[in-house]
Amino acid sequence: MNRDSQGVHPYIPNSVPAVRAAMLREVGASSTDDFYEDVPGSIRLRRPLDLPAPIRAESDLVRHVEELLARNTSTRDVLSFLGAGCYQHHVPAVCDEINARTEFLTAYAGEPYEDHGRFQALFEYESMMGELLQRDVVCVPVYDGFQAGATAIRMAARITGRRRALVAASVSNDKRSKMIDYVRPDVDIELVPFDPATGTLDLEALAAALAPDVACVFVENPTYLGTVELGGPEIVRLAHAQGTLTVVSADPSTLGVLAPPASWGADIDCGDIQPLGIHQQFGGGHGGFIASDDDPTVVMEYPSRLFGITATAVPGEYGFGDVAYERTSFAVREEGKEWVGTAAALWGITAAVYLALMGPRGMQELGTTMMARTRYAMTSLASVPGVRVPFAVSPHVKEFVVDLSATGRSVTSVAAALRERGILFGVDLSREQPALGQSVLVAVTEVVTQADIDRLAAELTEVLQ
Amino acid sequence: MSSTEKAATQSAGLPVGPKPRPRRYHQASWDEPIIFELSVTGARGVLPPPPEPGVTALVGDPAAELPAGIGRAELPALPELSQLHVVRHFDRLSQETLGVDLNIDIGQGTCTMKYSPKVNDQLARDPRVADTHPLQDPCTVQGTLEMMWRLERMLAEISGMDRVCLQPAAGSSAIWTNVAMIRAWHESRGDGDQRDEVITTIFSHPSNAAAAKVAGYRVITLYPDSDGYPDIDALRAAVSERTAALLITNPEDTGIFNPRIEEFVGIVHEAGGLASYDQANANGILGITRARDAGFDLCHFNIHKTFSAPHACGGPGAGAVAVSAALVPFLPRPTIERAESGLYLDHDRPLSIGKVRPWYGVTPNLVRAYAWIMNLGAEGLRQVAETAVLNNNYLLQKVLEIRGVSAPYAVGRRRIEQVRYSWEELAHDTGVHSEDIGVRAADFGTHYWTSHHPYVVPEPMTLEPTESYSREDLDEYAGILAEVAREAYQDPNAVLTAPHRSTIHRTSQESLDDPAQWAITWRAYRRKHLGKS
Repeated sequence: MNRDSQGVHPYIPNSVPAVRAAMLREVGASSTDDFYEDVPGSIRLRRPLDLPAPIRAESDLVRHVEELLARNTSTRDVLSFLGAGCYQHHVPAVCDEINARTEFLTAYAGEPYEDHGRFQALFEYESMMGELLQRDVVCVPVYDGFQAGATAIRMAARITGRRRALVAASVSNDKRSKMIDYVRPDVDIELVPFDPATGTLDLEALAAALAPDVACVFVENPTYLGTVELGGPEIVRLAHAQGTLTVVSADPSTLGVLAPPASWGADIDCGDIQPLGIHQQFGGGHGGFIASDDDPTVVMEYPSRLFGITATAVPGEYGFGDVAYERTSFAVREEGKEWVGTAAALWGITAAVYLALMGPRGMQELGTTMMARTRYAMTSLASVPGVRVPFAVSPHVKEFVVDLSATGRSVTSVAAALRERGILFGVDLSREQPALGQSVLVAVTEVVTQADIDRLAAELTEVLQ
Repeated sequence: MSSTEKAATQSAGLPVGPKPRPRRYHQASWDEPIIFELSVTGARGVLPPPPEPGVTALVGDPAAELPAGIGRAELPALPELSQLHVVRHFDRLSQETLGVDLNIDIGQGTCTMKYSPKVNDQLARDPRVADTHPLQDPCTVQGTLEMMWRLERMLAEISGMDRVCLQPAAGSSAIWTNVAMIRAWHESRGDGDQRDEVITTIFSHPSNAAAAKVAGYRVITLYPDSDGYPDIDALRAAVSERTAALLITNPEDTGIFNPRIEEFVGIVHEAGGLASYDQANANGILGITRARDAGFDLCHFNIHKTFSAPHACGGPGAGAVAVSAALVPFLPRPTIERAESGLYLDHDRPLSIGKVRPWYGVTPNLVRAYAWIMNLGAEGLRQVAETAVLNNNYLLQKVLEIRGVSAPYAVGRRRIEQVRYSWEELAHDTGVHSEDIGVRAADFGTHYWTSHHPYVVPEPMTLEPTESYSREDLDEYAGILAEVAREAYQDPNAVLTAPHRSTIHRTSQESLDDPAQWAITWRAYRRKHLGKS
């Protein structure tokens, strides 16, 4: 065996010693050290980095990582009711097939000529999201739903020139944390309580808080607690009476059955596209959307890229390009709107594939099935002794709150017992919404069947006995 | 060879000999309609499950019972396609896209377009990564937490910093995270209001300036001195008791390493500010020099650049921030901590800036980065850096042989991992601009980028050949540039009317800047240009 080849690395073509030597000769360097002549000795690292020994053979590397992965439990191997912003929906095989295409996976910032397909796919993403949301403007994805919400609030503040924002108190702690820290130099966020009976926004409290200095009201539909925001149209009416904009964070997977915020008269939509054909990935599969009507005052406040369709030199040929590029930080640095950078384009293409596969009827059927099974789960769990479903008067689509307080058991202990039985119960709300007691947020997507729900109810009954 | 075989060979024109260069490329051009134009009423691409009869018997159809105005009145006007037609459409669009795997992707300088190993893609797609939920009990995701914990420590060693957080979504998100921590640090010391200025440089990524502005800072931008280094006298003049931080890159996008970087950091520290290092350009200095060794308090890496995660048409990327001990309390929450019982997530961090994105980071890309570093080790990372720099200096020599191009600043000096070139002379001589060269370069199956704005270097071109490309690749790329430059001098119209072999022809920018004409969705296009609602 030729040990000289040890230094040759498969990912580094010019690690072949003869090639390397020839290239050094050609540029007149005695060693690669010559290239670092500007790096002062005072900051040169004089020892090798202290890293684990390399695992050079691909087969060994696979084994190493798989040994680590063996310590994980996949939601495909157990029954999961976890949601709270990251959902186990079915990922159609075609979604994984397209987003693994080497061209899409490894492309980046090509121009409309060499990357026409990337532009068209993302224009189609914008367009299909536009149909789902009934909006003429949707941006190329931002990082995630948190970022979309935070930016939508900033957009509303810039448009109105006001600095107060009223945010539903049901919004998750994590999302609020991001939004508050992101907007605080320019926007003050105040929380509006939710109605303890319905889990939707307290409209009286909203009316009392609204004033002509409020930039926007921010609500979610469905809410973080799973309830459908029945007050949506009234929220918009109250806000508009004060010249206040309404920002609605919508779950796109519910829009086959729920009216889009645009139909209420809402001003800016935002949210997360993870439910649209993207795996959970331990929280690594998020992308954010922002949408609005085609009002130039609003369009000019988007920080992200907006791909538009245009003509080419050849009649009948579509081309694509950046709309109003001069508003971006790419064009004018800190004078642009917030910033734009690498975000979540491939998830946008994946969502486009998903929406194309689902079509209008698929989205409606998805919502119909989730609503039916979720209501079934609410009814089933409410019949478990001591278990209460607090917001049952409100419609729900895919998630609901279960209150275990009357059982005398903590969420932690019940979840641990169910985990032993192969069930990931739901998200513990006892810390972030203490007023709800020992409550759990339970998600029921289309991958959860009636039999799964029956099993949860039965196992929960046993665990609580 | 029999006479029959000889005759056949001759009639087929064999042997064909070596391929001519530049190659006679043509981009795929499917003339593919917009997906809505492919819609067939009633066609289905995938079927969701219906509710079971037992479910319906108990609860009916809750969707149908939603009140008016709350339930959706009309189905969304999405296209309707059978499954093959969805696959075919997006496969065709993918063919009309050039990724790293298909081209010599050295024309997107600053972005480190390196090879993303396929084995790492496979690992990232494993259901034990892809189908795990972030709120599973930590005892059910110890494998992922272990990889993240180890990756944090490896990046801490690579940067010399004390602690790493993998939560940021990408590079600019990491810049934001560092700015947010800088702000929180000053606030914790009671001088948050007083320190309201951030200093950066014009050759740093625009997001350094933009993120600082979003965080409420006034931005001061340093320009290069005559040697191309950020002007140290301008820095001395800029710092004051109002200075919150310096956000700087080294080497900057010129590829020139700033040898006085410790002085820069010292000047800012003396004024009471923090120094944050944008390590987007780290690929040429892995194992050579470290952020902490130059005195920096914070830095960040782009996992999708230096650490090989694919660029994915513009994300998901992943970012890692690294800080000195003083900044650790301000890191985004939760942190990953190790106890005897295993790894856990610590949310109880009162000084934390909170969340910068949902959950803990872009997990699939963190798995890729972990596997990539584990495969290379210390020696391999050093080899990455040295080869990236060798490739860059080799390409520099080749490119400078081309008429009309120059490498401004530090003339005759070596560069680190990239070079910002200028076609000023060629533009002056021929009227062909850098953007035109980029469009024409697409005709040869490659991508080319100018630079960020503003164009401080006139007629810019930024090439970063990384460690992934062979000598032949570099020769071919330089050959393409030489050919386009030759055309510019001899037949400028050939360049100015490009592309000639692309998917499409030259587009009109005008309508994209006109509110009356721009169309960001198909429904807007139909309304504005086809008169349909």
